[in-house]
Amino acid sequence: MKKRRWLAVLLTAVCTVGVLYLAQRLLTPKYQKGIVEGSMVAEYYDETVEHDVVFIGDCEVYENFSPITLWEDYGISSYIRGSAQQLTWQSYYLLEDTLRYETPDVVVFNVLALKYDEPQSEAYNRMTIDGMRWSRSKVEDILASMTDEEHFIEYVFPLLRYHDRWSELNKTDVQHWFSKDPVTHAGYYMRVDVQPELGFPDPMPLADYTLGEKAMGYLQRMADLCREKGVALILIKAPTEYPHWYDEWDEQVAAFAEENGVPYINYIPLQDDIGLDMATDTYDGGLHLNNQGAEKMAAYFGAYLKENYDLPDRRGEPEYDAVWQEKIDAYEAMKRQQYDELAQYGELVSFGANAIEE
Amino acid sequence: MLFTSYAFVGFLALVLLAYYLVPGRFQWPLLLLASYAFYFAASPYYLLFILVTTASAWAVCVKMEDLTGAQKAYLADHKDLDREEKKAYREKIKKRKRAYLIAALALNLGILAVTKYTNFVLRSVSSLVGGAFQPVDLIVPMGISFYTFQTVGYVIDVYRGKQQAQRSFFKLALFVGFFPQLVQGPISRYGQLSETLYAPHKFQEKTFSFGLMRILWGYFKKVVLADRILTGVTALVQGGQYAGAYVFVAMLFYAFELYCDFTGGIDITIGIGEAMGIRMAENFDLPYFSKNIKEYWNRWHITMGTWFTDYIFYPLSASRPMLRLSKWSRAHLGQKMGKRVPVYLCSLAVWLATGIWHGAAWNFVAWGLANYVVIMVSQELEPLYERFHARTHLRGKAPYEVFQVVRTVLLMSMIRMFDCYRDVPLTIAMVGSMFTRFDAAIFTDGSLLAIGLDGADYLVLAVGLAVVLGVSLYKRKRGSVREALYAKPAGVYYGAMALLLVCTVVFGAYGVGYDASQFIYNQF
Amino acid sequence: MDELLEILQDMHPEVDFDASDTLVDDKVLDSFDIVTLISEIYDTFGVAVPAEEIVPANFNSATALYALIQRLEDE
Repeated sequence: MKKRRWLAVLLTAVCTVGVLYLAQRLLTPKYQKGIVEGSMVAEYYDETVEHDVVFIGDCEVYENFSPITLWEDYGISSYIRGSAQQLTWQSYYLLEDTLRYETPDVVVFNVLALKYDEPQSEAYNRMTIDGMRWSRSKVEDILASMTDEEHFIEYVFPLLRYHDRWSELNKTDVQHWFSKDPVTHAGYYMRVDVQPELGFPDPMPLADYTLGEKAMGYLQRMADLCREKGVALILIKAPTEYPHWYDEWDEQVAAFAEENGVPYINYIPLQDDIGLDMATDTYDGGLHLNNQGAEKMAAYFGAYLKENYDLPDRRGEPEYDAVWQEKIDAYEAMKRQQYDELAQYGELVSFGANAIEE
Repeated sequence: MLFTSYAFVGFLALVLLAYYLVPGRFQWPLLLLASYAFYFAASPYYLLFILVTTASAWAVCVKMEDLTGAQKAYLADHKDLDREEKKAYREKIKKRKRAYLIAALALNLGILAVTKYTNFVLRSVSSLVGGAFQPVDLIVPMGISFYTFQTVGYVIDVYRGKQQAQRSFFKLALFVGFFPQLVQGPISRYGQLSETLYAPHKFQEKTFSFGLMRILWGYFKKVVLADRILTGVTALVQGGQYAGAYVFVAMLFYAFELYCDFTGGIDITIGIGEAMGIRMAENFDLPYFSKNIKEYWNRWHITMGTWFTDYIFYPLSASRPMLRLSKWSRAHLGQKMGKRVPVYLCSLAVWLATGIWHGAAWNFVAWGLANYVVIMVSQELEPLYERFHARTHLRGKAPYEVFQVVRTVLLMSMIRMFDCYRDVPLTIAMVGSMFTRFDAAIFTDGSLLAIGLDGADYLVLAVGLAVVLGVSLYKRKRGSVREALYAKPAGVYYGAMALLLVCTVVFGAYGVGYDASQFIYNQF
Repeated sequence: MDELLEILQDMHPEVDFDASDTLVDDKVLDSFDIVTLISEIYDTFGVAVPAEEIVPANFNSATALYALIQRLEDE
């Protein structure tokens, strides 16, 4: 075979890989508008300063705590590594992943996810895992999370998963082909709108209240890893009341906390102490806190952190000041935009369900 | 492992790589190893079945050949025997050979019958006597119909003296279990496949890339077209609420789906062989360009058709009882009618067998019978056609040929509806509704967008159909498309291949469908 | 030989059987024709063509077919 033919083969191969790569970037969902949860995990890698407190968990952390408040009130540099329906093992692997970049003083884990002991949804798996950088943690995370319909190789080459999107590409896909805008504030997802809590249906009795072995196993690994790395672990149950948090579950987590010598705080009974008014502090009928609620929660939780942990006040450190000032500006700007939209349209139009592109 | 699974693509890549890395004399053992791994991955039990088939064929064929050898030696040593004595000796040997043959056939066809047809028979019997049907849980080894037929063909060829026996057990095992053809054929003949199966093959750019191109073309047809239109076909034929013009649509869609799926699969199979320098028998020869059903069956699933002809149709019609029957029918029914009796009877047997081979259900029996009836009717009408053609001078005129081709495709597609619907009565009712309740409005009022296919799907299907048709027309008029591309600069040739790959990856209907609705914010 | 040619001619009046030696390869004779031929031969010559002799080589030309018949008559 002549040299020139080999050259043609080589060139074609390189071009093909290039085209496939471009197609992959174009076809992978961007999570920039409406559904932004898929962007959260990757945004962490853009951080330039270290964090003394890291939250891991599902929407009960990334919608209920404002890191901006923690900074403004206490000088605590924090980050929320949250994602939609983050399962316990996914939290564990995100913790592993985070510890490769920094070692915070405190890690906070929200325990609601313990109710799930099996992979739940392909879509949420992708939103949590796709954003992770490649590491052993990611590989093990994928293997632990896959539903029956999923294949490992589709995580390696997301094109195999998202190729079908060619017929529904939108402007955002093209605009953000190669770069993404931040959608969170240190991991926090902001909503300023209000939809009061009107009560929830009575909880259904369960056949079995035992928290699953897989979930509890990963909680144990989380506790062990923190101990090994000298990180203080705090278990919390966010103050929101739905999905229902059964007393039986609460007891099991409390027992686990005691055994492992870590604090466990259930904030549901503490709503009044925090100052939460579920008529005004939630944007979706009590499922999640809105910005007002998240700031109250952060203020309350920050005081607890300050009292019980020796956390440095970073305010005044030039590097931190610069970074956090930028975050505050973005935070205030988004807040203003959201309030403006509320005033103008009576609802948010650039955020949440209304912003989902066809 | 289906052809369209990631696992198979990975497996294939590994096998191809290893094939050219090992020294030539280890190439065929490697293929045997790979084939058995393929089988083992599907189920260890399958391996057991294929080993029984291989071992029985191997032993019987070696034994039969030894008998032939012994016969020759004996006759050479005993030149003094007279004609009658020689004949008697030959008969004796032949009888023993036949006993071996029958044993091998009984064993292998028996396994096929028991695994594939037990439940069919039980269900039919219980519905006849009105009892409750309890299906028996049986293993149906993957590809058993294909490898059994292939092996039986080999054993008969050796018995007939047309084929030398393969004395190496492992080589025979490769012939029986060669992995690409286990899924959907072709049904290879030993004489043909063995020419290239065991020989060492050096890497050659042309053969290898031709193979690769054909594999890609197969995947394109299967994954982009067949699997995409399948959604529509399934929606239309399930339940049976889509009647009238929908049946017509389903008929065309199914014809397209089956063509792309089956020829695509065969392209992958033959392409794998080609990439390794192994030549397998062609199974299709542009079947949808056939001008009548008989021609269609000479061009569709060719290796199955010739198998049935060589191993059932001919032996049956050349058997003494059949010859005697034919003589009798000629004497009693007249020359003209009597002549047809053997053809009619043997064809009936072949079509019943073909039907039941395709699937263990009455639908397939009905399908086989429908084919039989159409072929026989057109055979009877042949003189009429001749006169018509002679008078109108239409034969060979392009528009008339197009008409013949379209007519044949439509007729074949209609017969094929038997294997779409749940049962025979429903099929008849639905096909009937196509003529009585045809409402053309569905083509314009958007109804066809409500069967699981959207505008984008139709676009892909339309472009795909145009490409497949274009390639077929080129093949018919000028010959190999690959040769034509190969004659162009290397960049064009490999560029075409790359384009095929990218199109298959992007436009293929595979994987977890990206369903935007799944992502609608779900309060978590 | 004449009898054989008559049989063949009867089946396909338009074909010149003396000249062609690719009857099967060119699909002049299809499987139906071959089966009919076998029963005709049995009728006319009294020999049964066994299945293993039904190969293209034996049916490609009238001469080859006649040779087959003679060989079978001999055995």
